[in-house]
Amino acid sequence: MTDVQLVELTVNSERHELAIPPRRTLADVLRHDLGLTGTHVGCEHGICGACTVLVDGRPARACLLFAAQVENAEIRTVESLAGPDGELSDLQRCFGEHHGLQCGFCTPGFLMLAEGFLAEEPGATREEIREVVASNLCRCTGYQTVVDAVDDCASRRRASLQAALDTAGSTR
Amino acid sequence: MREPGFRTDGTWVGADVPRREDPRLLAGRGRFVDDITLPRMLHAAFVRSTEAHALLTSVDLSEVRGVPGVVAAFDAAGLGLADITALLDRPAEEFTPTSMPVLARDKVRYVGEPVAVVLATDPYAAEDGVEAAVVDYEPLDPVVTETAALAAAGAPVHDEAPGNVLVDVSLFATEGIDAVFDAAHTVVSVEARTGRQNALPLETRGVVADWDDRDEQLLVRTCTQVPHQVRTVLARCAGLDEKQVRVTVPDMGGGFGQKCVVGREEIAAAAAARRLRRPVKWIEDRREALTASFLAREQHYTARAAFDADGAILALEADVVCDMGAYSCYPFTAGIEPLMASAEMPGVYRVPAYRVRGRAVTTNKAPTAPYRGVSRPQYVMVMERLMERAARSLGLDALDVRRRNLITEFPYRGINNITYDPGSYLESLDLCERVLRDEGWHRHTEPGRVVGIGYSCFSERTGYGSGAFAQRKMQVVPGFDLSQITMDLDGTVSVTTGTLSHGQSHETTFAQIVADRLGVPYDKVKIVQGDTDRITYGWGSFASRSVTIGGSAASAAAVKLGDQLRALAAHLAGVDVDTCELDGRGGVRAADRTLPFTELAEVAYLRSHLLPKDVGPGLTATASFDVGGDGTFSNATHGCVVALDPGTGGVEILRYVCVEDCGVAIHPRVVEGQARGGIAQGIAGALFEEVLYDEAGQPLAPSFMEYKVPTAAEIPDVRIEHLETPCAFTANGAKGAGEGGTIGAPAAVLNAVNDALRGTGVELDSTPIPRHAIFAALAPHEEAS
Ligand code: FES
Ligand code: FES
Repeated sequence: MTDVQLVELTVNSERHELAIPPRRTLADVLRHDLGLTGTHVGCEHGICGACTVLVDGRPARACLLFAAQVENAEIRTVESLAGPDGELSDLQRCFGEHHGLQCGFCTPGFLMLAEGFLAEEPGATREEIREVVASNLCRCTGYQTVVDAVDDCASRRRASLQAALDTAGSTR
Repeated sequence: MREPGFRTDGTWVGADVPRREDPRLLAGRGRFVDDITLPRMLHAAFVRSTEAHALLTSVDLSEVRGVPGVVAAFDAAGLGLADITALLDRPAEEFTPTSMPVLARDKVRYVGEPVAVVLATDPYAAEDGVEAAVVDYEPLDPVVTETAALAAAGAPVHDEAPGNVLVDVSLFATEGIDAVFDAAHTVVSVEARTGRQNALPLETRGVVADWDDRDEQLLVRTCTQVPHQVRTVLARCAGLDEKQVRVTVPDMGGGFGQKCVVGREEIAAAAAARRLRRPVKWIEDRREALTASFLAREQHYTARAAFDADGAILALEADVVCDMGAYSCYPFTAGIEPLMASAEMPGVYRVPAYRVRGRAVTTNKAPTAPYRGVSRPQYVMVMERLMERAARSLGLDALDVRRRNLITEFPYRGINNITYDPGSYLESLDLCERVLRDEGWHRHTEPGRVVGIGYSCFSERTGYGSGAFAQRKMQVVPGFDLSQITMDLDGTVSVTTGTLSHGQSHETTFAQIVADRLGVPYDKVKIVQGDTDRITYGWGSFASRSVTIGGSAASAAAVKLGDQLRALAAHLAGVDVDTCELDGRGGVRAADRTLPFTELAEVAYLRSHLLPKDVGPGLTATASFDVGGDGTFSNATHGCVVALDPGTGGVEILRYVCVEDCGVAIHPRVVEGQARGGIAQGIAGALFEEVLYDEAGQPLAPSFMEYKVPTAAEIPDVRIEHLETPCAFTANGAKGAGEGGTIGAPAAVLNAVNDALRGTGVELDSTPIPRHAIFAALAPHEEAS
């Protein structure tokens, strides 16, 4: 445990230099070295998804990665979702409106999972969303309202994109 | 479902207001226990028993202390703490007292039992330290099953209980019950086993403790549902005064009962912090949570019921054996499951004669704690199977048999000496059936799938007051709750509660209650929970008691404060207090003028010379509340449609409907969330989750690879319909909503599976429902067709 490695990480667009043991997981580094405690740890073996973050835009389990493995990647955590003034994103607001969280321990993982998924699949159906939501565990909600929240966020994003296209079309 | 948003009629109760908890939790800015880091903090890890049952011949920690990063290591003798002991006031033939040492001493009783604690500068080093411990055991024959426990062949789990029975009660035994069974037209029986389950909060247990020299106090931040209980046990174990311990509770990632008992690790870590005068953190890992935490639900029922030719139940008899594992939990004891089952099994039905024996046996498995629903998921399942059996054997419709027997006149005094307050037992069943029928569900087979519909009817006693807990004969009798309310000089309000939320939204719902009582905006009310220094005393959150009891106490405190405000306004306006009223918008109407709270509060704090002579400065009031009588009963009917896959024996839930009545719903969306989450846990127990051990007592499900927690792919959407029978003796008409979902689901799923299996000659009564049994039942059926 005494050998320490220099690792450079980019988290939420900020560059960090860390001297850490090579066995230190990304989850531990985010939480305990960088103080980004929004990423939670529920199992440390890749099943629960509470630790889900985005690595180069893709949802990944921070408990299964060593920080040293993701030196050249862009990492995003739940702390990046709200605006600089603290205003919650559309996705976060949808979770609140649908009561998609109770204790909130699983929530950052679901938010990052959905954030990554919707960026890739903005047209996802409710069934496809349910399938993706099934990658993480929640013990409180029974999942229905989590699916509702992600689905509603996707439809709202599609509607506002359509509205923007319509406006662009009509002004052209 | 109601639309989210604010009600416009000026009342907060009943409105789906945005949750106060949400902004921080959504932003990743909650503060869970593992988010807390203190300077010079050490990390604890536990050396745990690798044997299920053995004498502890030596614990050698010398190598541990040499591991880089390790600062200290203690075994039981090193920490020198008193044992944790939970007692019932019952005679020796009914209850055998046993103790749970904080760290195992002389003997280990389950795999995973803490034997020593290692403290290191980082958690990785602490785990390295654990690896270096050398523990010698002299193995004894493990007692792994309830059958082995009752056979009592080898060394007993506890010497005090040679027969491995910790609780043995025989109750009610209505006179003439044997004759009723002998003469009955029909007697049906059910033998059911229910699997051991883990309540499984997603956040595991954890603690951060440190000794504060300035306060001369051990400050323990721990994720518990019962902070005052932790304070008492820690003070007793460590020989401290209660005031030398402060327990606070940060945000909590669920509990479901697993955290409503005092854990050994939180005591050990706190004691180490005091000893070393350094902060100590312990965060349970998932393997520990799955194997060495508190478990629940492993029960065995042998039950029979007598019916007349019309399907009226005449008598019920049950023998209930609960496998409580290695230790009795504090404060509930090993009696928690058998006493609940024995007292309440008749449930929603008019049972004229009843006899029950309930036993708690001890085995070499991780100990148990109350888990959401406590025994009710099990006995409801057995009752509902008895109803179905009776219907089949009498050739009657199973819902009609239930209707024939449901309690419909209230208050109803049951054979179990419990008085049930009004509910909507029949109405909920009728509505549930109608909803499913209107949606077009009826039993049918479609190619490759076998479909069945199942129901469960139940009520759950919630808001147990001290009277109800006293019936259990616990030496520590939970029940009341206390609230203190204070208005600050700007008219904002803070309210303490001895209950505490771990997902149930108390910051929101309690604020709604108080806002209505005082007539202030809900965002001007702040809830203070989870701090033994700021809250005089409280029993915590369990048994769906928070809104019923804690909410009533908060309500009563608000009413008292309102009276003070009225009296002050009357004095200042020079009118009689009886003419003064709260105006519902932050002021008091006194004669022809309105005095805003801000003005009254300024007098109370800044111009106290204007106060009446006999009134002291400040605005604060305290009230307590205890549910009188036998508590209050929420009720529900669940309806479930399943499809069985003959190829695999798998069960898919096609539709799930819940008609629930929890009295006045303070926040309907929160109530629905409780119901849905509870149903998911009930389905988990019915179909997926089981904590299994091999014959040596080694746990077989140490990770999520083996312990199958259902995901969004397995848990269906649930349609919820509300009925509302307000409770007459809680302050807000609420009856409690925390557990019902979990209680009704196993029975509904099991009945649906049996409905689908109709015609195969197979009936299943145990959970988790074995896939292979469904496969086997359908296989010949398939060939025949
Ligand atoms: S903590 Fe990473 S998947 Fe559970
Ligand atoms: S909200 Fe508690 S685990 Fe999901």
